[in-house]
Formats: sequence, structure tokens, C-alpha cells
Amino acid sequence: MAAHLKKRVYEEFSKVVQIPHEEAPSKKLRLSKPSKSAALHVDLCKASNSTDALQYLLQFARKPVEVESVEGVVRILLEHYYKETDNSVRLKIASLLGLLSKTQGFTPDCIVDDAINTLSNEKSHQVLAQLLDTLLVIGSQLPDTPTIRLRLIHVACKHLSDTYFGVRNKCLQLLGCLGTLETVVNRDGPAPGPSQGGARDVQSIISDYFGDQDPRVRTAALKAMLQLHERGMKIHQVIYEQACRLLSDDYEQVRSAAVQMVWVLSLLYPESIVPIPSSNEEIRLVDDAFGKISHMVSDGSWMVRVQAAKTLGSMLQVSPHFLVQTLDKKLMSDLRRKRTAHERAKELFTSGEFSSGRKWADDAPKEKLDRNTVNLIASGACGAFVHGLEDEMFEVRIAAVEALCQLARSSPSFAEKCLDFLVDMFNDEIEEVRLQSIHVLREISTHITLREDQLDTVLAVLEDSSRDIREALHELLCYTNVSTKECIQLALLELLKNLNKYPTDRNSVWKCLKFLGSRHPTLVLPLVPELLSTHPYFDTPEPDMDDPAYIAVLVLVFNAAKSCPTMPALFSDHTFRHYAYLRDSLSHLVPPLRLPGRKQVFGLDSVDSGSGSASVESAQLFLQQSLHRVSTIQNLEAPEARELLNFTIRDLQRLGELQTELAGAADFCATFLRCQLLLMKALQEKLWNVAVPLCLKQNVTATAAAQQILEETYKLEFLYSGLESRQVATIHHVRLQAKALQLILYARSRQGLDPLISCCEKFLQDVESFQRLFLSELPHLQDSFMDRVCELLPRLTSCKPVEMVKILQSTLRQSGLLQLSLPEQIHRATATIIEPTGESDNPLRFTSGLVVALDIDATLEHVNDPQNTVKVQVLYPDGQSHVIHPKPGDFRKPGPHRHRLITQVYLSHTAWTEPSQVEVRLLLAYSSSSSSSSSRLGWSDGADGVIPPSEATVEGTIPFSKPVKVYIMPKPARR
Amino acid sequence: MPEIKVTPLGAGQDVGRSCILVSIGGKNIMLDCGMHMGYNDDRRFPDFSYITQNGRLTDFLDCVIISHFHLDHCGALPYMSEMVGYDGPIYMTHPTKAICPILLEDFRKITVDKKGETNFFTSQMIKDCMKKVVPLNLHQTVQVDDELELKAYYAGHVLGAAMVLIKVGSESVVYTGDYNMTPDRHLGAAWIDKCRPDILISESTYATTIRDSKRCRERDFLKKVHESIERGGKVLIPVFALGRAQELCILLETFWERMNLKAPIYFSTGLTEKANHYYKLFITWTNQKIRKTFVQRNMFEFKHIKAFDRSYADNPGPMVVFATPGMLHAGQSLQIFKKWAGNEKNMVIMPGYCVQGTIGHKILNGQRKLEMEGRSTVRIILDVKLQVEYMSFSAHADAKGIMQLIRMAEPRNMLLVHGEALKMEFLKGKIEQEFNIDCYMPANGETITVSTNPSVPVDISLNLLKREMALGGPLPDPKKPRTMHGTLIMKENSMKLVSSEQALKELGLNEHQLRFTCRVQLQDPHSDLDTLHRIYTHLKSLLKGYTIQHVPDGTVMVESIVIKVSSSAEDPNNKVLLLSWSYQVESFSFNYIHSLLKF
Repeated sequence: MAAHLKKRVYEEFSKVVQIPHEEAPSKKLRLSKPSKSAALHVDLCKASNSTDALQYLLQFARKPVEVESVEGVVRILLEHYYKETDNSVRLKIASLLGLLSKTQGFTPDCIVDDAINTLSNEKSHQVLAQLLDTLLVIGSQLPDTPTIRLRLIHVACKHLSDTYFGVRNKCLQLLGCLGTLETVVNRDGPAPGPSQGGARDVQSIISDYFGDQDPRVRTAALKAMLQLHERGMKIHQVIYEQACRLLSDDYEQVRSAAVQMVWVLSLLYPESIVPIPSSNEEIRLVDDAFGKISHMVSDGSWMVRVQAAKTLGSMLQVSPHFLVQTLDKKLMSDLRRKRTAHERAKELFTSGEFSSGRKWADDAPKEKLDRNTVNLIASGACGAFVHGLEDEMFEVRIAAVEALCQLARSSPSFAEKCLDFLVDMFNDEIEEVRLQSIHVLREISTHITLREDQLDTVLAVLEDSSRDIREALHELLCYTNVSTKECIQLALLELLKNLNKYPTDRNSVWKCLKFLGSRHPTLVLPLVPELLSTHPYFDTPEPDMDDPAYIAVLVLVFNAAKSCPTMPALFSDHTFRHYAYLRDSLSHLVPPLRLPGRKQVFGLDSVDSGSGSASVESAQLFLQQSLHRVSTIQNLEAPEARELLNFTIRDLQRLGELQTELAGAADFCATFLRCQLLLMKALQEKLWNVAVPLCLKQNVTATAAAQQILEETYKLEFLYSGLESRQVATIHHVRLQAKALQLILYARSRQGLDPLISCCEKFLQDVESFQRLFLSELPHLQDSFMDRVCELLPRLTSCKPVEMVKILQSTLRQSGLLQLSLPEQIHRATATIIEPTGESDNPLRFTSGLVVALDIDATLEHVNDPQNTVKVQVLYPDGQSHVIHPKPGDFRKPGPHRHRLITQVYLSHTAWTEPSQVEVRLLLAYSSSSSSSSSRLGWSDGADGVIPPSEATVEGTIPFSKPVKVYIMPKPARR
Repeated sequence: MPEIKVTPLGAGQDVGRSCILVSIGGKNIMLDCGMHMGYNDDRRFPDFSYITQNGRLTDFLDCVIISHFHLDHCGALPYMSEMVGYDGPIYMTHPTKAICPILLEDFRKITVDKKGETNFFTSQMIKDCMKKVVPLNLHQTVQVDDELELKAYYAGHVLGAAMVLIKVGSESVVYTGDYNMTPDRHLGAAWIDKCRPDILISESTYATTIRDSKRCRERDFLKKVHESIERGGKVLIPVFALGRAQELCILLETFWERMNLKAPIYFSTGLTEKANHYYKLFITWTNQKIRKTFVQRNMFEFKHIKAFDRSYADNPGPMVVFATPGMLHAGQSLQIFKKWAGNEKNMVIMPGYCVQGTIGHKILNGQRKLEMEGRSTVRIILDVKLQVEYMSFSAHADAKGIMQLIRMAEPRNMLLVHGEALKMEFLKGKIEQEFNIDCYMPANGETITVSTNPSVPVDISLNLLKREMALGGPLPDPKKPRTMHGTLIMKENSMKLVSSEQALKELGLNEHQLRFTCRVQLQDPHSDLDTLHRIYTHLKSLLKGYTIQHVPDGTVMVESIVIKVSSSAEDPNNKVLLLSWSYQVESFSFNYIHSLLKF
């Protein structure tokens, strides 16, 4: 069938070329490509019945229409529309009209009248609805023509009384999208109600339909109102009452929209006063709305519950006592008041008695309740979150946790209150919820101090088998405040237990203890003798320095000692020794201490501790100065220039080591200058004029230099983030220079002319694409190599290869050093492999031919889109190398510009006789296409589709982590 | 007025022996057919003689509905169907149908084999009874007969527990069975749509209780078990075979998984294994988490929980054992308890209520020395050193939950069963106050009658409707009642509203004109014709916008009203006006013209 149709279409094409000329003779048409409008016209005329016509239309809709012919197509469609009797075809035409008016560059104002005209005669409701939809599209395409808008609104009002819900829906949508507050609409047609014929504004018209009999229309009305709000119209407060009534609608989508509506109004009029029904009290509107939405948290439909729970989180203006109510649930048992487990725990804690619940009647109800005061239906906000957190669906629970977080962040007292509930969520059955609640607790942890019993519950989660949960918890502990020294002890104990059970958590646990120590120096102080197991009279054995647990304790103590000068007095001798050792080996965990009887080591530490913007600023200044100094180099040939470059590179490298903030920028500059230096060296050799066979060696070094420069430029381009197009242009420029150098060397070494010609052509193409890409940057590249090449380009293209090489050689040697300007922030992508550590002496044994899984844990910084770019490379001793692509799910994002890769790499090899080391490293893959995406778009048009072959992308990888050696031993399989 | 009658045969102001009779729209339905745990005599089963003295129940009942598999809801079923005699359909959900016979068989074994009762139902009877069962799916509408339809809703509580909507015409009753409004580790929360039944029959076990969050209890439970295991102690958890046991298993299983614990967990009794099998099968009836993860792993395929063997009790090292029965009064749980009681490292956790007199009850009340019956008559004193913990895991809705369900269903009347009278009283007051609806709490055998106001459906002809729509102006005013003219035809149990013309045509009748006439006496000296003309001009000046004709044959027509003038023979001045009008214009003509002509 399809083939048949296709054939038919092509048949028509041969005839139709003339017709568009008649229609629009002024249009420029490509004869090879007949206009779509014409084709359509003929198709529709040919269609014998409606099914055929529909088929043609469907086929037509599959391909886009050029802007010039849209209007013509629309006319043809409309013409056919009036003739057509079949509803489905008319419907399709109506939808096509909408589609066409969306065409970019086409202003549909010319078809508004026609579209409105079609409405008046239409009998079918479906088609009417579709036509209104089309009008909606047209209306939204013409945002600043008030007259058309007004007309459309009138049309919508006229059809609001249609019996079909779809038509009413569309009308409301239209009103919502186009209506403005000022538009006062005269209702024509028979309008119900007392307001007949009166002038009314869009809002009151929409609100009439809040009471429509069809739930879909009610929803549409609410949505239209929300749309008005989104477009910046101020919704009247009158709507509030109506919206509240809809909260108890039978249909969930209505309730859901009503929740949104109430929320919007509560944001608009938070402070106005509304009466409480059945009493003569009055409360703030935002409180009332909060109560009503809280009520929806126990709705029958979970979609509404999610909506309500989410909404609650953003109602920050609510009064505190309403907020507190959401966590309130009065317990009773046999009509006697019972305390919640939370209250009991708190009481136990304050009374000083530990442990609980050993007795049956522990939670026995106490006082008798007056039966009249028990309120079973929570009025207002009562217990909303208690319900939400206990909900059946985890979506609701997560929404509730998030809402709690938002509210707690803005209200410290509420944060204190919701603590118990969040801690309870650590026990949820779904990991996502547990993780979320841990994160939330971390976010609000500045407001709270954990009680001992709460800490106990929190710490219990440390044994969780999920690494994410444990790490989130470590993160949380970094930020928490605890109240007593017992808490510190408890936390330390549990963390050590965790360390024992999951040794891979080492780094995370140490880091956690570092913060714990530095946050609570005074609480750690009384624990020090116990922690270090010192004794007033006896010398205790020196602990093992390699024990991770001991290191953990030391990290805690040293960090506490930093702000507690009396603490070092309690240290024993070996502690000082261990300090010195740890300070060197784990400098990121152990702070510099002012130890008695020990010389303060000045130097790096003082730079660190004397932190502050001053040092950064001075370093920045230094960086600028060095760059400036380099830029003064005029004569590249001079040996002083080389000297200066060498020094500057050295300075910059050192600067990068000292000042981490500027490491990226300094490295970038150093690498760039090194490229320049290499280029200089390669060009400077005096042997250039000697005959080729005499300076073979010379040639080799130059070739190597060119290759190295190329590699460095790729590193420059892809390893650093924060580059602007100016820098990219500079990098490309250097790359071109390297290519030119290669070309010259090539010309010198080989005599064959044909390959040289192709090389020259390729180079010229590179130059062209450079020009195209960096058109805007060209003025900045004055007096550079490129500048000259561009000048000479007409000559280059016409001349012979040999001549061209000569020209290039001279320009290359004459061109000056390119100025490097630095953008604000440059960061170098770095990766550190945490696991495996490469320290193990025990080889990983496995049967050859089978696979062994190696756990890899690495942190990546400043890597964009690591899922696609980061690879793992395994190098075997025999030179084999494997590149492994980690799964997207293996990447986590613990912070901005930071990623974590936790993955498994499968190794395999044939048998070895001895254990040997394989190297594991991370690679950053890049693909450089010298053509930008915009130019590519042009080709995809395919009109003159000659894709320049030289623009092929260059793909490669840059190793960006230190390789780690892993000892492995594939054993021969036993037979 | 049609009525719905509800009579509890059991569970009226009482817990246990649930059995409620409902007659609605001429149908009689029995809801649940349970037994009472507390009695061993005739009071054990509901009094079926209330329904009929002799003869089979089939003639009096249209169907029986069983809400879930607990014995106090289905224990008397074989007795009723096989011994009393009932052959009609019995409705229950698929899981209930699967698990119910296991429990009934177990119950039969204990009563007949252990206690030696005779005149009790046999295994064959259980099988025969189950053959009469028609399974229900959630949210599936099942037609019992042409008029009676049932629909099941999820109720939480135990696997397969359902609430049932019973509907005859526009009258409806919802029976909740036992339900739970808070989800737990293996089941979701009860849910019902806004079905607005005439009566909502709800359980009210926890009518006066508002419970604490489930999480605290779970956390406490896990913490206690965990601490004990870490100390190297053994934990005994006496449970009933079904329901809570599975929840606790899941709880411990996931905890073990999460915390990477290695201590073994054992589960005793074969009954549970069989039931666990069904838990594995009926995944759709469990909660969100289990439903979502069962593709990777069915949560009921326990990794850490293994079958218990008697010899394991003496194994060294920590372990957790679930054992039946739940109140420590006999069986395996008691044996293990005796073995472990002496060590203070060990722990027993009672997850539910214990009846007075059982060992469970004693130790919960803090008794530390127990007298045990030994093999002979010698009494042994058992020193209880192990820790005793109590943890309430109950799956009934609390007062708040009941209110929540009422809010969801919006019933017109409320009826409380399955609870203690005093507690019901409180809840009844609350319901009446909060929702402003009637609430009943009948005792066993007491009949509650609720009169309903059912809407009668009438078919209306489309033409008539369209005509009226055209007259009445546009939408929207759906809530406003509107009068319309038409003819109601009642024919063979159906009613329809049609236009009068169509009705005449359909019934084959001729149209009769009904005209009212009236005489008005006037004093007028003019001749008859003049008088008529005067009237004509008078009316013409008054009634603008009406067609008034002076017909040559000596009459005046105002619309369809005819006016004639004649004078009496005796007094020519005394004119008699003859007015005649059809009934359609009655109100207009009579009042108006009558007063008009009195000039």
C-alpha cells in the first residue's frame, strides 16, 4: 500500500511544477523540489472518498513544510475543509492547521479569520474542540496582538455553553492561555444566571465552571485559572472559597488541581483573614489553606496525597503553631491518654534513666481522657506529616520527607520537633526513602542537636549494608552537633564498629571523625586519656600505627586538639611521633598543631593556615605578572626568551602546587607555554637550511615535538573546564601551527608529490574550518601565524605544494608568540583512584581464562558528563590494554563539580607463572570535531550535501589519573 | 419506604463469631460466618436457627460473603453449609479461598483429634464446603443474580482480607470485615472509593484507641532483637501461624539483609510453610515494596529464615526462633521457652495479646517463678531469668483509621460491630458528632432497620430531553431541578418518560380534549354583538402580545380561549358570557380572564 501511494505521489510531482507558479509567482522555488502545497492540493482533489483523503493528510503531516508555502497549504486545507463531510477528515485538517501555524517563521495572523469562520458552521463537537485547539495555538503564536486575542476570547466565551465537555475544556484552556484581567467580555449568546448580558471578566467566567457537571471541565477550569496565575494575572481572593469546596470533589484530578489552586491563593493572600465556618473565629488565609491541604494528605488517592505533601513544603508563611500541629497525634488507649514513644524516650532521657521497655505495662496509658475533648477527625493540620510519613506509597513518604525538610530549614523550632520523625524514617523499608531522610537531616542539622537516644538510633544505621546509606550517614555525622561526651564516645564506638565491618569505608569514616573532632573539642577533651589509653603512672604499649581504628581515634583527637590547646599535654610520647607521621601521610585529615616543645614547622602550613583571600590574590597577581612577562618576548630566536619561558613554566607549576585555587589556571598556562617552547625549539634549529639527508636526526626531534604539541593541545582543550571560545581558538591555533610544522617536515622528508598535495589540501581545509569556527575571534589573533596565513590564503590555494610549504615555513618562523588571556575560572579535571590502593602485597589469584572482579572507587573533579567521557583502562604487563566503559549508574554526584565512580572492572588473562602487576587508570575520552554543530545543521538539509571529508572527528583519550598497580596472579586451570 | 435490615448473629457488641445478616432490596445476605474462640459449647457457632427453625438455609439466603480467613470470620462455614445445610454461593477472595481450608482443617484437628469432640465437621465437609466458594477479585463487580451485585475492596489486615460493597439497585451496604488503615511490612492500607453506601458496617476493635506510629514499634522491636543477638543471646518470638508472623518475618529478614547479620532465624511448624507458599503466590495482594521488587526477588522467599528442628534449640550461639502457639500455653513455643528461660542473655518477645491463665500472660505481668507440670505429677519450679518484652503488632484500624474510612466512603448511616459495647458507645458519639449521620450498634439478635430513599431510574426519550433542553436555556446549572412536561409510562417493571404525543401513539389511544367552561353574568344594555365587540376591543387593549381574534360566527378567541355572548330570554340586559378553555392554559385563562371580565 505504502509503495503504491509513494509511486502515486511521485507521479503527481512531475505534473505539479506549474501550479505553485500560478499561486505565488513571486516565490523562489527550486524546480527539483516541488512545493508541498501543490502536491497536497492534487492529492486532495484526487481523493475519491474520505478515507483516501485522510490517508493523504496523514502522509502529508509526516513531513515539515517550508515557511514560504505554509499559507498556500492552509488555503488549500481550508478549501477542502468546507467541502468535506466526513468528521474525521475535518478533524485532521483542523489539527493540521494548528500544526502548520506552529511552523517557525510563520505568523498565523492571516488565517485567524478563516479559522474563526469555520467554527460557526461546525456541527461536530470533536471537530469544534480541535478547531478551538488550533485557535489556541494561533493565539499563543501571536502574543502581542490584543485585538486578535480579544476576538479569540469572545469566540471561546461563545462556545463555553457547548454540551460536549471537550469543547468546554478547550474554551477554558483558551481563556486561561489568552485571557487577561482587563479583558471585559460581553457575553453574547444565552448566558445563564443573573449576570446575563453583563460585562464580566475572564476570571469570573472561568470560575463559573468550577461547578460544571463534568469533572474534566472542572479540572480544566482550575487549570485555566492556574494558567492565568502563571501568566502573571492576579487571581481574586473570591476564588479561594470555591477552590476549597473543590477539595472535596469526587474526582482525584479535580482535587489535585484544587490543591494547587488553594496553594497559589495562599501565596497570593497569605495575610488576609478568613472566617472559620461554624464558629465566629477568624484566621489567616495561609493558615487556613495549610490546614486544608494538610487534610488532603490523608486523601483516598495517592496522587493527591503526593501533591498535597509536596505543596505543604512550600508554605513557609504558615504560623508556627499550625506547623507544630502537623506532627501532633494524640494517642489514647481505652480512652486514656497515652504518651508517644517519642515522648517516652524524651522523658526517659531527661529523667536520667537509661533503656526502656523492659516491662509490659511500660506504655500503659496514664490519665483518663474526657471523652468530649477527644478530637478524632483532626481539624486542620493535625498529624498531617505523621500520616504522610506512614503512607503506603513511598512517593508520598518521600514527598513528605522533602516537605519536612523545606519547612524545617526555615523554622528551627520545627526542625527540633521533626527530628524524631526523620530519625524514624531511617528505618523505612525502601532505601530511597532512608537515603532521602538522611540527606534531609543533614540539611537541617545546623538547627539541631541530637540527643543521646536519637544519636543511638541514627548510629544503628551505620551497619546498613548499602554503601550509599553509610556514606550519607557519615556525611550527616560530619555536620551534626551532639550534646554530651557520651554521644561522642558512642559515635566513635559505632564508627569503629562500622570500620571493622566494612573496611572499605576507611576514608569516609576518617573524614567523618575529623569533622566530629573539630566540632566538639570540649567534649572530646575529657575522653582523651581513655581514647589514647594513657595511664597516669604506667606506660601503655604503643598502638599499631597501621591500624585504621587507631588512626581513626587519632584523627578525632588531633582535630579536637586544634582548637583546644590544653589537649596536647595529655598526649604520650608516641602520640607526638604518630602525629608527625600522620601529618605527613594524611595531611588532609590531620591539621597543623601547635605542639609544646616542638618547633612549629613554618612554610606550607602557614600558607594553609594563614588562609585567606590575600594569599590567593597575591598568587593571582603573580600569575598575571608572569604571563605579562612572557608576552613581552619579541624575538623568539633569542636564547633569553627560551630561558624566560623555562623559568615561567617552572614558576607556574610551583604556583599550581601551592595554591589549589589557581592550580587549574596555572597548569593550563604552563602547558600552553610548554607548547610554545617546543614549537620554538623545533623551529629554532639552525639546521633548517641544510639539505634533508644531512639532518635526519634533527628531523626526528622536530617530528616528535610536533606530535607532542598536538597531544598537548588536546589536553588543553578537553582537560580543563571553564574555557571560553577565545582560549579554545588559541588552542586550535597552536594545533594548526603544529600541523603546519608537520606538513613542512613531511615535505622535507618525502619526495613524492601526490601525497604532499593531499596533505596540503587537508591543511587548507583545516585553515578554512578554523576560520569558520572562530570568525569572531579572528581580530584577537592579530599578528599571529594564522593572521598571516589568512592574508596569504588566496595565494596558498592557487600555488603549488612546494611553494606553499615554503611560504608556511617562513610565516611559521616569523610569527610571534600568541598572547594568552585567562578566563575567570579554569579547573583541571582530575581523578583519584581511592580503591584499589596498590599497596597490597597479596596477589589477586584467579583461574586463568575466567574473570575476576576488581572494585574501583575513584573521585572525579571538574569532569563534565562523566557518564560518557570517563573510561577505565587496564594495562597488562604484556602490553595488552583494555578500555572499559563504566555503567551510567556507577557514577554518583556527591557535590557540585564532583563525581564518584564506584564500579567493578573484570580482569582476565591467560596463565602466568608469577604474580605480576597490572596498571589501572582512568581515561578521559574526547572527540574533537573541528566543525561546530551549527554548520552541521546546514548539511543535514541535504540540498547540496557534500560533507567535507576532512572534517572527520578526531577521537582519543587522555589519561587523567595516576595509574594504580594491582598485583594479580592468573593460575592455570586444574584439570 | 424501602428498608435495609441488619441483624448481627455474632459480633454484635462483641469480638468473635462474626456473622451478620443483611436484607436489602429483598435479598438476604450473610456476612461472615465465624466461630467464637472463647466457648466450646453451642455458643461457639452463630445461632442459625434464627434464620430458619428447620430446613435448609438455601431458601432463605441469597449468598454468603467471607471477608478474610481468620477463624472468627470463617470458622463456622463448614458447619453452616454442610451440617445445617446451605447450597448457595459463598464469596471470598482468592487468597482467602486458598488459606481458609488450611486453617479450618487445623481447627478441626485440634477440636476432634486433640480434644476428642464428636459431632464436628469432617475433612470431607471442609472440601465440600470449599466447592461452593466463588472467588472474588479486587474491584471486580460480581453479579450474584440480576439485581444483587458485589464488589471487593482491599482491606489490609491479613493477606486477602477484603471489604465488600453489596448493591441492589441504588441501595447499598459496605461491610468492612477487619481492616487496617496503616500499611505494614507486607500489606498495604485499606482503600475504598466514595461509594456513598446507605450503611457502612465497620469493625470497631480499637474504637477508643489512637495508636502511635508503626515505625517506633518496629524500630523498638528490631533494636531489641539486635541487641540480644549481639550479646550472643537467643530470641524466642511466640506467634500465631498466620498474619502477624509473616509481617515479623519480613521485618527481620529485611533487617538481617540490611545489617548483614549472620545469626540464624528459624521458623517452626509446617502449617506456616504451607501458608507462606500462598503468600509467595498472591503478590498482588501485598504492599508496594513487595509488589515492586518481587521480579528481582520474592520477599517471601526468605534467605535468612530456615525451618526449625527441635534439636536446634540446644545449638550454641545466638539465634531467633519463631514458634507457635502465640500465648506460650502449649506446644513448641513452650518447650523452647522452658529450655531458654534460665539464661538472662536470652529474650522472649510477645508480639500480641495473651489470654489470662496462659504462661504468656503470667510472664508479661512480671512473674519470675513459674510452676510447671512435669512428666509426672511432680511440679517443677521454673526460674525465669530471660528478658521478657512486649510488642504490640495489631492490624486493626484505630479510631482515627475508622474515621478516615468513613470520610472516604461517605456513608449515610453507620453501623458498628466487632467491638466492645462501651468502646463502641464512645465512637458512636464521635461519629454522630463529626459526620452528622446516624450510627447504630446492635447487640446480637437485635435488628436494625434503616429506611432508604432509593432513586428510581426512569428512561427518558431523547427527543423529549432535547426539546426541554432547548426550552430551558444553556448549561451550566446541573444542580438546579427543573420541571418538565411528559408522560410517565410504567410497563413491565420499567419506567420511561416520553412526550404525551408519543405516549398516545404507543398506547394506541386517541387524544381527548379537556375543556373548562364557565359562565359570567354581565349587565350590559347593548346588543349581543355589540357586547362581544366591546369585549374584543377591551381585551385587545389589555392583552398586548396575544393573538385575539374576532371570529365571524360570534365568538372571540384569545389564544385558545373561546368567549361567547348570549343574552337570557327574560332580561336582554343580562348577558351571559360563555368562556371555554383547554386545560393547558388553565391557570392563565381562568384567573386572568375571569378577573378581567369583571369590569
